[in-house]
Amino acid sequence: MRRSVSIGGLAVALVLGTLGFGAGQKRYVANAQEKMSTMEVKIDNFSFGPVTLTVPVGTTVTWTNRDDIPHTVVSTDDSKTFKSKVLDTDEKFTFTFSKAGTYPYFCSIHPKMTGKIIVQ
Amino acid sequence: MSEKKKDELLNDHNHDGVDRRGFLKCMAWAGTGAFCVMKGGVLNSYSLSRLSEMNTADMMGELSFVQISDSHMGFNKPANPDVAGTLKAAVDKINALSSAPEFMLHTGDISHLSKPEEFDTVDQILKSATPKDVFYVPGEHDVLNDDGKQFLERYGKGSKGAGWYSFEKKGVHFIGLVNVMNLKAGGLGTLGHDQLEWLEDNVKHLKHSTPIVVFAHIPLWSVYPEWGWGTDDSAQAMAYLKKFGSVTVLNGHIHQTMQKVEGNVTFHTAASTAFPQPQPGKADSPGPMRVPAEQLKSVLGITDVNYMQGKQALAVVDSSLA
Repeated sequence: MRRSVSIGGLAVALVLGTLGFGAGQKRYVANAQEKMSTMEVKIDNFSFGPVTLTVPVGTTVTWTNRDDIPHTVVSTDDSKTFKSKVLDTDEKFTFTFSKAGTYPYFCSIHPKMTGKIIVQ
Repeated sequence: MSEKKKDELLNDHNHDGVDRRGFLKCMAWAGTGAFCVMKGGVLNSYSLSRLSEMNTADMMGELSFVQISDSHMGFNKPANPDVAGTLKAAVDKINALSSAPEFMLHTGDISHLSKPEEFDTVDQILKSATPKDVFYVPGEHDVLNDDGKQFLERYGKGSKGAGWYSFEKKGVHFIGLVNVMNLKAGGLGTLGHDQLEWLEDNVKHLKHSTPIVVFAHIPLWSVYPEWGWGTDDSAQAMAYLKKFGSVTVLNGHIHQTMQKVEGNVTFHTAASTAFPQPQPGKADSPGPMRVPAEQLKSVLGITDVNYMQGKQALAVVDSSLA
Protein backbone atom coordinates (compact mmCIF):
# COMPACT_ATOMS: atom_id res chain seq x y z
CA MET A 1 0.00 0.00 0.00
CA ARG A 2 2.63 2.41 1.07
CA ARG A 3 4.82 1.55 -1.89
CA SER A 4 2.16 2.33 -4.45
CA VAL A 5 1.40 5.64 -2.78
CA SER A 6 5.02 6.53 -2.75
CA ILE A 7 5.48 5.46 -6.37
CA GLY A 8 2.46 7.53 -7.28
CA GLY A 9 3.90 10.40 -5.35
CA LEU A 10 7.20 9.96 -7.11
CA ALA A 11 5.48 9.91 -10.49
CA VAL A 12 3.63 13.12 -9.68
CA ALA A 13 6.82 14.68 -8.48
CA LEU A 14 8.61 13.64 -11.66
CA VAL A 15 5.89 15.14 -13.87
CA LEU A 16 5.82 18.34 -11.88
CA GLY A 17 9.55 18.44 -11.88
CA THR A 18 9.70 18.06 -15.67
CA LEU A 19 7.22 20.85 -16.14
CA GLY A 20 9.14 23.05 -13.78
CA PHE A 21 12.40 22.24 -15.43
CA GLY A 22 10.96 22.95 -18.87
CA ALA A 23 9.75 26.39 -17.82
CA GLY A 24 13.03 27.07 -16.15
CA GLN A 25 14.89 26.12 -19.27
CA LYS A 26 12.82 28.53 -21.35
CA ARG A 27 13.57 31.32 -18.90
CA TYR A 28 17.26 30.55 -19.09
CA VAL A 29 17.25 30.77 -22.87
CA ALA A 30 15.41 34.09 -22.81
CA ASN A 31 17.92 35.57 -20.38
CA ALA A 32 20.82 34.34 -22.46
CA GLN A 33 19.34 36.09 -25.48
CA GLU A 34 18.99 39.34 -23.53
CA LYS A 35 22.55 38.99 -22.33
CA MET A 36 23.75 38.65 -25.90
CA SER A 37 22.16 41.88 -27.10
CA THR A 38 22.98 44.35 -24.30
CA MET A 39 25.97 44.45 -22.03
CA GLU A 40 26.89 46.98 -19.38
CA VAL A 41 30.04 48.67 -18.25
CA LYS A 42 29.83 50.65 -15.04
CA ILE A 43 32.09 53.64 -14.57
CA ASP A 44 32.84 54.03 -10.89
CA ASN A 45 35.74 55.14 -8.73
CA PHE A 46 37.74 56.28 -11.74
CA SER A 47 37.62 52.83 -13.34
CA PHE A 48 35.67 50.87 -15.93
CA GLY A 49 33.98 47.73 -14.61
CA PRO A 50 34.57 45.20 -15.99
CA VAL A 51 37.91 46.36 -17.38
CA THR A 52 37.76 43.81 -20.18
CA LEU A 53 34.40 42.76 -21.59
CA THR A 54 34.00 40.03 -24.20
CA VAL A 55 30.83 40.17 -26.28
CA PRO A 56 29.41 38.54 -29.40
CA VAL A 57 29.16 40.51 -32.66
CA GLY A 58 26.01 42.62 -32.70
CA THR A 59 26.04 43.45 -29.00
CA THR A 60 25.17 46.91 -27.77
CA VAL A 61 27.35 47.97 -24.87
CA THR A 62 26.09 50.61 -22.45
CA TRP A 63 28.49 52.60 -20.27
CA THR A 64 26.92 54.28 -17.24
CA ASN A 65 28.80 56.88 -15.19
CA ARG A 66 28.26 56.30 -11.47
CA ASP A 67 31.06 58.63 -10.38
CA ASP A 68 30.36 62.16 -9.17
CA ILE A 69 32.89 63.47 -11.67
CA PRO A 70 32.45 63.45 -15.48
CA HIS A 71 34.16 60.86 -17.70
CA THR A 72 34.34 60.01 -21.38
CA VAL A 73 34.58 56.76 -23.35
CA VAL A 74 36.99 57.13 -26.27
CA SER A 75 38.36 54.26 -28.33
CA THR A 76 42.07 54.24 -28.99
CA ASP A 77 42.18 51.93 -32.01
CA ASP A 78 43.41 53.27 -35.36
CA SER A 79 39.95 54.03 -36.73
CA LYS A 80 38.83 55.79 -33.52
CA THR A 81 35.71 53.64 -33.61
CA PHE A 82 33.72 55.37 -30.88
CA LYS A 83 33.84 58.55 -28.86
CA SER A 84 31.27 59.56 -26.30
CA LYS A 85 30.39 63.08 -25.33
CA VAL A 86 31.24 64.06 -21.77
CA LEU A 87 29.18 61.92 -19.38
CA ASP A 88 28.17 63.53 -16.14
CA THR A 89 26.86 61.44 -13.21
CA ASP A 90 24.20 58.90 -14.32
CA GLU A 91 24.61 59.73 -18.01
CA LYS A 92 25.04 56.85 -20.46
CA PHE A 93 26.81 56.10 -23.71
CA THR A 94 25.90 53.20 -25.98
CA PHE A 95 27.66 51.64 -28.94
CA THR A 96 26.73 48.59 -31.02
CA PHE A 97 29.64 46.44 -32.11
CA SER A 98 28.91 45.08 -35.56
CA LYS A 99 32.46 43.97 -36.36
CA ALA A 100 34.64 41.47 -34.54
CA GLY A 101 37.87 42.78 -33.08
CA THR A 102 39.55 44.22 -30.01
CA TYR A 103 38.57 47.74 -29.04
CA PRO A 104 40.74 49.35 -26.38
CA TYR A 105 39.43 52.63 -24.97
CA PHE A 106 40.10 55.16 -22.23
CA CYS A 107 38.67 58.21 -20.52
CA SER A 108 40.14 61.24 -22.30
CA ILE A 109 39.75 63.38 -19.17
CA HIS A 110 41.45 60.89 -16.85
CA PRO A 111 43.74 58.91 -19.15
CA LYS A 112 44.81 56.44 -16.49
CA MET A 113 41.31 54.91 -16.85
CA THR A 114 41.46 52.27 -19.54
CA GLY A 115 39.27 49.38 -20.68
CA LYS A 116 38.78 46.95 -23.52
CA ILE A 117 35.87 45.43 -25.43
CA ILE A 118 36.61 42.16 -27.22
CA VAL A 119 34.08 41.36 -29.90
CA GLN A 120 33.99 37.75 -31.08
CA MET B 1 43.26 79.84 15.96
CA SER B 2 44.96 83.06 17.16
CA GLU B 3 47.97 84.66 15.52
CA LYS B 4 49.89 84.41 18.81
CA LYS B 5 49.65 80.63 18.87
CA LYS B 6 51.16 80.44 15.39
CA ASP B 7 54.09 82.67 16.45
CA GLU B 8 54.91 80.50 19.45
CA LEU B 9 54.89 77.28 17.49
CA LEU B 10 57.24 78.41 14.71
CA ASN B 11 60.91 77.91 15.35
CA ASP B 12 63.64 80.31 14.45
CA HIS B 13 62.21 83.65 13.59
CA ASN B 14 64.52 85.44 11.20
CA HIS B 15 66.87 82.49 11.10
CA ASP B 16 69.69 82.19 8.61
CA GLY B 17 70.89 78.74 7.65
CA VAL B 18 69.22 75.49 6.72
CA ASP B 19 66.78 74.48 9.42
CA ARG B 20 65.17 71.16 8.53
CA ARG B 21 62.93 70.98 11.60
CA GLY B 22 61.74 74.49 10.97
CA PHE B 23 61.11 73.59 7.34
CA LEU B 24 59.00 70.58 8.30
CA LYS B 25 57.03 72.68 10.80
CA CYS B 26 56.46 75.26 8.11
CA MET B 27 55.09 72.56 5.84
CA ALA B 28 52.77 71.40 8.61
CA TRP B 29 51.44 74.91 9.05
CA ALA B 30 50.85 75.51 5.33
CA GLY B 31 47.18 76.21 5.08
CA THR B 32 47.01 78.29 8.24
CA GLY B 33 49.23 81.14 7.09
CA ALA B 34 52.83 80.17 7.76
CA PHE B 35 55.48 81.89 5.75
CA CYS B 36 58.44 79.92 4.50
CA VAL B 37 61.07 81.51 2.33
CA MET B 38 63.70 79.45 0.62
CA LYS B 39 66.58 81.72 -0.26
CA GLY B 40 69.09 79.90 -2.42
CA GLY B 41 68.83 76.77 -0.29
CA VAL B 42 68.49 78.72 2.93
CA LEU B 43 65.22 78.63 4.82
CA ASN B 44 63.81 81.65 6.58
CA SER B 45 60.62 81.16 8.52
CA TYR B 46 58.44 84.01 9.66
CA SER B 47 55.06 84.28 11.27
CA LEU B 48 52.37 85.94 9.23
CA SER B 49 52.41 89.08 11.38
CA ARG B 50 56.08 89.68 10.55
CA LEU B 51 55.27 89.37 6.85
CA SER B 52 53.44 92.69 6.86
CA GLU B 53 56.45 94.34 8.56
CA MET B 54 58.74 93.05 5.83
CA ASN B 55 56.46 94.21 3.05
CA THR B 56 56.41 97.75 4.37
CA ALA B 57 60.20 97.80 4.63
CA ASP B 58 60.80 96.37 1.17
CA MET B 59 58.28 98.28 -0.91
CA MET B 60 60.69 98.86 -3.79
CA GLY B 61 60.47 96.17 -6.46
CA GLU B 62 58.03 94.12 -4.51
CA LEU B 63 55.79 91.80 -6.42
CA SER B 64 52.78 90.11 -4.95
CA PHE B 65 50.29 87.86 -6.72
CA VAL B 66 47.76 85.19 -5.90
CA GLN B 67 47.22 81.73 -7.31
CA ILE B 68 43.75 80.21 -7.29
CA SER B 69 42.84 76.91 -8.84
CA ASP B 70 40.19 74.33 -9.65
CA SER B 71 37.08 76.45 -9.26
CA HIS B 72 35.08 73.75 -11.16
CA MET B 73 32.17 76.11 -11.82
CA GLY B 74 29.17 73.90 -12.56
CA PHE B 75 30.03 71.17 -10.05
CA ASN B 76 27.04 70.59 -7.77
CA LYS B 77 27.48 67.24 -6.03
CA PRO B 78 27.52 66.65 -2.26
CA ALA B 79 31.23 67.41 -1.87
CA ASN B 80 30.25 71.06 -2.49
CA PRO B 81 26.79 72.04 -3.75
CA ASP B 82 27.82 75.73 -3.94
CA VAL B 83 31.14 76.18 -5.73
CA ALA B 84 30.15 79.74 -6.68
CA GLY B 85 29.81 80.56 -2.99
CA THR B 86 33.22 79.16 -2.11
CA LEU B 87 34.82 80.97 -5.05
CA LYS B 88 33.27 84.18 -3.74
CA ALA B 89 34.74 83.38 -0.31
CA ALA B 90 38.15 82.97 -1.97
CA VAL B 91 37.76 86.40 -3.60
CA ASP B 92 36.87 87.88 -0.20
CA LYS B 93 40.03 86.29 1.22
CA ILE B 94 42.11 87.78 -1.60
CA ASN B 95 40.57 91.21 -1.07
CA ALA B 96 41.42 91.01 2.64
CA LEU B 97 45.15 90.40 2.10
CA SER B 98 47.22 93.14 3.75
CA SER B 99 49.39 93.53 0.67
CA ALA B 100 47.10 93.82 -2.38
CA PRO B 101 48.18 91.35 -5.06
CA GLU B 102 48.97 92.82 -8.46
CA PHE B 103 47.36 90.03 -10.42
CA MET B 104 46.07 86.47 -10.17
CA LEU B 105 47.06 83.18 -11.73
CA HIS B 106 44.32 80.58 -12.26
CA THR B 107 45.91 77.17 -12.71
CA GLY B 108 42.93 75.59 -14.45
CA ASP B 109 39.69 73.64 -14.14
CA ILE B 110 38.00 77.02 -14.20
CA SER B 111 34.81 75.27 -15.33
CA HIS B 112 33.57 71.79 -14.57
CA LEU B 113 32.09 70.86 -17.95
CA SER B 114 33.53 73.52 -20.31
CA LYS B 115 30.10 75.17 -20.54
CA PRO B 116 30.01 78.84 -21.58
CA GLU B 117 27.82 79.82 -18.63
CA GLU B 118 30.33 78.23 -16.26
CA PHE B 119 33.19 80.33 -17.64
CA ASP B 120 30.90 83.40 -17.57
CA THR B 121 30.11 82.86 -13.90
CA VAL B 122 33.78 82.62 -12.93
CA ASP B 123 34.56 85.76 -14.92
CA GLN B 124 31.74 87.53 -13.13
CA ILE B 125 32.86 86.48 -9.66
CA LEU B 126 36.51 87.35 -10.29
CA LYS B 127 35.50 90.84 -11.41
CA SER B 128 34.97 91.71 -7.75
CA ALA B 129 38.53 90.76 -6.84
CA THR B 130 40.95 93.64 -6.23
CA PRO B 131 43.55 92.37 -8.73
CA LYS B 132 42.03 93.01 -12.13
CA ASP B 133 44.47 91.03 -14.27
CA VAL B 134 44.04 87.27 -14.31
CA PHE B 135 46.30 84.88 -16.20
CA TYR B 136 44.89 81.44 -16.98
CA VAL B 137 46.06 78.02 -18.02
CA PRO B 138 43.47 75.33 -18.81
CA GLY B 139 42.64 72.23 -16.81
CA GLU B 140 41.31 69.07 -18.45
CA HIS B 141 37.77 70.18 -17.51
CA ASP B 142 38.19 73.36 -19.57
CA VAL B 143 38.94 71.69 -22.91
CA LEU B 144 36.14 69.14 -23.20
CA ASN B 145 34.21 68.69 -26.45
CA ASP B 146 36.06 71.24 -28.56
CA ASP B 147 39.80 70.60 -28.27
CA GLY B 148 40.11 73.74 -26.18
CA LYS B 149 38.81 76.19 -28.81
CA GLN B 150 36.53 77.97 -26.36
CA PHE B 151 39.29 78.27 -23.77
CA LEU B 152 41.61 79.83 -26.34
CA GLU B 153 38.95 82.30 -27.46
CA ARG B 154 38.31 83.42 -23.92
CA TYR B 155 41.74 83.34 -22.32
CA GLY B 156 44.33 82.54 -24.95
CA LYS B 157 45.01 85.89 -26.64
CA GLY B 158 48.66 86.15 -27.53
CA SER B 159 49.35 82.56 -26.61
CA LYS B 160 50.85 79.84 -28.76
CA GLY B 161 49.58 76.38 -29.60
CA ALA B 162 47.06 75.14 -27.03
CA GLY B 163 47.55 78.29 -24.95
CA TRP B 164 51.13 78.55 -23.66
CA TYR B 165 52.75 81.95 -23.14
CA SER B 166 55.10 84.00 -21.00
CA PHE B 167 55.21 87.49 -19.52
CA GLU B 168 57.39 89.60 -17.24
CA LYS B 169 56.47 91.35 -14.03
CA LYS B 170 59.04 93.35 -12.03
CA GLY B 171 61.90 91.28 -13.40
CA VAL B 172 60.23 87.94 -12.72
CA HIS B 173 59.63 85.76 -15.77
CA PHE B 174 56.27 83.95 -15.80
CA ILE B 175 55.59 80.96 -18.04
CA GLY B 176 52.10 79.46 -18.49
CA LEU B 177 52.17 75.90 -19.78
CA VAL B 178 49.41 73.58 -21.01
CA ASN B 179 49.67 69.91 -20.07
CA VAL B 180 46.07 68.75 -20.48
CA MET B 181 45.80 68.34 -24.25
CA ASN B 182 46.19 65.14 -26.30
CA LEU B 183 46.33 62.94 -23.25
CA LYS B 184 47.29 59.37 -24.12
CA ALA B 185 45.55 56.29 -22.74
CA GLY B 186 47.26 55.13 -19.56
CA GLY B 187 49.35 58.29 -19.47
CA LEU B 188 49.82 61.36 -17.35
CA GLY B 189 49.73 65.04 -18.23
CA THR B 190 51.77 65.93 -21.28
CA LEU B 191 53.48 69.04 -22.66
CA GLY B 192 54.35 67.78 -26.13
CA HIS B 193 57.18 68.46 -28.52
CA ASP B 194 56.03 71.85 -29.86
CA GLN B 195 55.56 73.35 -26.43
CA LEU B 196 58.89 72.01 -25.18
CA GLU B 197 60.66 73.51 -28.19
CA TRP B 198 58.96 76.84 -27.51
CA LEU B 199 59.98 76.67 -23.84
CA GLU B 200 63.62 75.98 -24.65
CA ASP B 201 63.69 78.98 -26.94
CA ASN B 202 61.73 81.15 -24.53
CA VAL B 203 64.27 80.90 -21.70
CA LYS B 204 67.44 80.56 -23.76
CA HIS B 205 68.58 84.16 -23.48
CA LEU B 206 67.42 84.93 -19.96
CA LYS B 207 70.03 85.69 -17.30
CA HIS B 208 70.51 82.89 -14.78
CA SER B 209 69.56 85.29 -12.01
CA THR B 210 66.06 85.89 -13.44
CA PRO B 211 63.50 84.42 -11.06
CA ILE B 212 61.22 82.05 -12.99
CA VAL B 213 57.62 81.16 -12.19
CA VAL B 214 56.07 78.31 -14.19
CA PHE B 215 52.38 77.62 -13.86
CA ALA B 216 50.44 74.69 -15.33
CA HIS B 217 47.41 72.64 -14.28
CA ILE B 218 48.67 69.11 -13.71
CA PRO B 219 51.70 68.86 -11.40
CA LEU B 220 55.02 69.05 -13.19
CA TRP B 221 56.52 66.61 -10.72
CA SER B 222 55.55 63.04 -9.97
CA VAL B 223 53.09 63.41 -7.10
CA TYR B 224 51.22 60.11 -7.60
CA PRO B 225 51.34 58.54 -11.07
CA GLU B 226 48.75 55.88 -10.18
CA TRP B 227 46.16 58.64 -10.13
CA GLY B 228 47.59 60.50 -13.12
CA TRP B 229 49.17 63.10 -10.85
CA GLY B 230 52.26 63.90 -12.90
CA THR B 231 53.44 64.95 -16.37
CA ASP B 232 55.05 62.51 -18.82
CA ASP B 233 57.63 64.91 -20.21
CA SER B 234 58.11 67.47 -17.46
CA ALA B 235 61.71 66.33 -16.88
CA GLN B 236 62.60 67.81 -20.27
CA ALA B 237 60.98 71.11 -19.31
CA MET B 238 62.79 71.23 -15.98
CA ALA B 239 66.08 70.55 -17.77
CA TYR B 240 65.65 73.81 -19.70
CA LEU B 241 65.21 75.63 -16.38
CA LYS B 242 68.15 74.01 -14.61
CA LYS B 243 70.44 76.99 -15.08
CA PHE B 244 68.22 79.41 -13.14
CA GLY B 245 68.87 80.26 -9.51
CA SER B 246 65.21 80.44 -8.53
CA VAL B 247 62.39 78.47 -10.12
CA THR B 248 58.90 78.31 -8.63
CA VAL B 249 56.45 75.84 -10.16
CA LEU B 250 52.78 76.43 -9.36
CA ASN B 251 50.25 73.73 -10.19
CA GLY B 252 46.70 72.70 -9.34
CA HIS B 253 44.70 69.59 -10.27
CA ILE B 254 45.13 67.59 -7.05
CA HIS B 255 42.92 69.83 -4.88
CA GLN B 256 45.31 69.94 -1.93
CA THR B 257 48.46 71.82 -1.07
CA MET B 258 51.70 70.01 -1.52
CA GLN B 259 55.24 71.25 -1.81
CA LYS B 260 58.57 69.81 -2.84
CA VAL B 261 61.93 71.50 -3.04
CA GLU B 262 64.59 70.16 -5.38
CA GLY B 263 67.74 72.27 -5.52
CA ASN B 264 66.71 75.68 -6.81
CA VAL B 265 63.21 74.54 -7.76
CA THR B 266 60.18 74.83 -5.49
CA PHE B 267 57.18 72.83 -6.69
CA HIS B 268 53.88 73.84 -5.15
CA THR B 269 50.28 72.77 -5.69
CA ALA B 270 47.30 74.86 -4.64
CA ALA B 271 44.09 73.87 -2.91
CA SER B 272 40.90 74.04 -4.90
CA THR B 273 38.24 76.68 -4.29
CA ALA B 274 35.59 74.01 -5.01
CA PHE B 275 36.25 70.68 -3.27
CA PRO B 276 39.13 68.71 -1.74
CA GLN B 277 40.52 65.42 -2.98
CA PRO B 278 42.10 62.64 -0.94
CA GLN B 279 45.81 62.42 -0.24
CA PRO B 280 47.72 60.10 -2.57
CA GLY B 281 46.66 56.51 -2.05
CA LYS B 282 44.38 57.30 0.90
CA ALA B 283 41.20 56.46 -1.04
CA ASP B 284 40.06 54.18 -3.87
CA SER B 285 40.23 57.00 -6.36
CA PRO B 286 41.08 60.71 -6.59
CA GLY B 287 37.44 61.82 -6.73
CA PRO B 288 35.81 64.66 -4.79
CA MET B 289 36.22 64.06 -1.07
CA ARG B 290 33.31 64.77 1.23
CA VAL B 291 33.98 66.48 4.53
CA PRO B 292 31.46 67.73 7.12
CA ALA B 293 29.90 70.94 5.81
CA GLU B 294 31.37 73.06 8.60
CA GLN B 295 34.87 71.87 7.64
CA LEU B 296 34.61 72.47 3.91
CA LYS B 297 36.09 75.97 3.87
CA SER B 298 39.08 74.83 5.89
CA VAL B 299 40.14 72.44 3.11
CA LEU B 300 39.72 74.97 0.30
CA GLY B 301 42.10 77.85 -0.22
CA ILE B 302 44.20 80.40 -2.07
CA THR B 303 47.96 80.83 -2.43
CA ASP B 304 49.67 84.18 -1.90
CA VAL B 305 53.09 84.60 -3.52
CA ASN B 306 55.53 87.39 -2.75
CA TYR B 307 58.75 88.35 -4.43
CA MET B 308 61.11 90.90 -2.99
CA GLN B 309 63.71 92.31 -5.33
CA GLY B 310 67.17 91.37 -4.24
CA LYS B 311 65.90 88.20 -2.63
CA GLN B 312 66.07 85.36 -5.10
CA ALA B 313 63.35 83.08 -3.86
CA LEU B 314 59.62 83.68 -3.87
CA ALA B 315 57.66 83.29 -0.68
CA VAL B 316 54.67 81.02 -1.12
CA VAL B 317 51.91 81.16 1.50
CA ASP B 318 48.76 79.04 1.49
CA SER B 319 45.64 80.14 3.32
CA SER B 320 42.43 78.21 3.72
CA LEU B 321 39.04 79.88 3.32
CA ALA B 322 38.26 79.40 7.01
